[in-house]
Amino acid sequence: MADYRDLFARLGSEIHVVNLGLERFAETLEALGVPVLHVQWTPPAGGDPERARLLSLLEDDD
Amino acid sequence: MTTRTTLKRSFYQDSVALMGLARELRTGAGVGEAAALMGTPANLALMADAGLLTDEARAAGPNDLVIVVRADSAAEAEAALARAESLLTARRVRVEASGRRCPRTLDSAVRQLQGANVALISVPGAFAAAEARKALRRGLHVMLFSDNVTLEDETALKRLAVERGLLLMGPDCGTAYLGGVPLGFANAVPRGRIGLVAASGTGLQQVVTLLAAAGEGVSQAIGVGGRDMSGPVGAAMTLAALDALGADPATELIVVVGKPPAPAVRATVEARLRALGKPAVVAMLGREIATGSVGPLTTVVTLEDAAAAAVARRAGRAFEPHAFSNVATARHRVKEYRATRGPGAAAVRGLYAGGTLAYEALLILEPLLGAGAVGGNLGGHGGGPHRVLDLGADEYTVGRAHPMLDAALRVEEIERAAKEPDTAVLLVDVVLGHGAAPDPAGDIAPALEAARRGRRGLAVVASVIGTAADPQGLAAQRARLEAAGAWVLPSNAQAARAAACIAGEAPVVEMLLGGRA
Repeated sequence: MADYRDLFARLGSEIHVVNLGLERFAETLEALGVPVLHVQWTPPAGGDPERARLLSLLEDDD
Repeated sequence: MTTRTTLKRSFYQDSVALMGLARELRTGAGVGEAAALMGTPANLALMADAGLLTDEARAAGPNDLVIVVRADSAAEAEAALARAESLLTARRVRVEASGRRCPRTLDSAVRQLQGANVALISVPGAFAAAEARKALRRGLHVMLFSDNVTLEDETALKRLAVERGLLLMGPDCGTAYLGGVPLGFANAVPRGRIGLVAASGTGLQQVVTLLAAAGEGVSQAIGVGGRDMSGPVGAAMTLAALDALGADPATELIVVVGKPPAPAVRATVEARLRALGKPAVVAMLGREIATGSVGPLTTVVTLEDAAAAAVARRAGRAFEPHAFSNVATARHRVKEYRATRGPGAAAVRGLYAGGTLAYEALLILEPLLGAGAVGGNLGGHGGGPHRVLDLGADEYTVGRAHPMLDAALRVEEIERAAKEPDTAVLLVDVVLGHGAAPDPAGDIAPALEAARRGRRGLAVVASVIGTAADPQGLAAQRARLEAAGAWVLPSNAQAARAAACIAGEAPVVEMLLGGRA
């Protein structure tokens, strides 16, 4: 089990956000001057949730 | 009436963007109805219900965009579809002209954004767990806004997060503040000394906005998802957040907002809270909760009391809960409403956008109106006559936007409730902040006005969850509701009590306001 006591120190003074999904959230952060990158996300596996789940399980554990 | 369809293959757009598009199309000349949806099975079923499932639309797949317009004439329908095309093109041109980089996957975004440390994920629930898993593996903290994530996936994701010392906030996490940055639906609040852990988005919003009104700010606020304190999840993120806030020098007091934990995790959470060495306030939204202070720990049962107890504690004062901020005004207004209440009108209809606000209202109304007397979709004990509806619940939001973004469903429910002869009070919430609709009070005000015009003596009781610094402006939103004839109270808890005083038996009024009803 990891130690969370240094969480906010690890997080540092700046939050840099990768946004997937609702673009509105990225627009809000951008307007506030928060570094953010919006992903042009599309549903994987042609939008078939079950196939997408199987694909994600096949991916390497980095 | 003519119906026309455009089908755009492999053209994914998010649900909020599409809601905006459909709303725009409905304003077109001669347009009766318009839908812009991705062709998922759930969305196609919705279109069938609305009588908009044309043969072309039927052929759509989940990644195809379907736009259907019903208009008075073929020319008007064609014009609306042309308008849709130009709006979508304008959007694309705007993104391209901004020079913004547009990665197509999380991996490439992480490579492009130096210092990326948080992933905010709001993709459809069926795909959300896989994206969250990827983000955790790349070392990012995750705010998982998406709902409809299975308990099994949640448990596995939190186990992975804990192994790596990362946050997995959610699923269905609406609000968080990390390092002063508001994430998701979040109000503009000052930074300060109070750290929060919340199993609920709108619950957290109510607490931080009331703290802001009292001059207190937020150090960090971590959302954990509504099921974190269940047995299978074992409070994994609550415990992580408590450890982090306990050690954070910027946090002097901790507020926890949630439902009562599963018996198996209760002792662990309480022991951790006591071991923090910081004062803590716990808002336990449940039935038969013992309130009061023991050592550093104060337990309360409403969101307003959580904020008030935190403020009192920081000021070194004892915390005294109250039913109303302004008893004299409340007494006066209640008397007025009770005098004009229509014959046979004695029921409260709570029509909520915020899930936790709805639940809080239910918990307040039950003991005042009778445990068996309040129904709705929140596990209320009774079947009526009173009703509290969480219109953001899953059964209402499949294929459509949340009522905090799109008021259409709530307007329908207001109209429906206003027609029921036993309705005495419409009880509503209006939630402001980043991410929420630009004018949420204005979206429902005409329906509230019409309801009051149509029914003499009908009361509208509301609360606005927001701050003066929110994009919509707290004062302006309150004024909009008041102009529509609503009685606007400072908190959801007070609004629920006001509703009970108007609709309930005389002893309710005597208990909450003193004197005779």
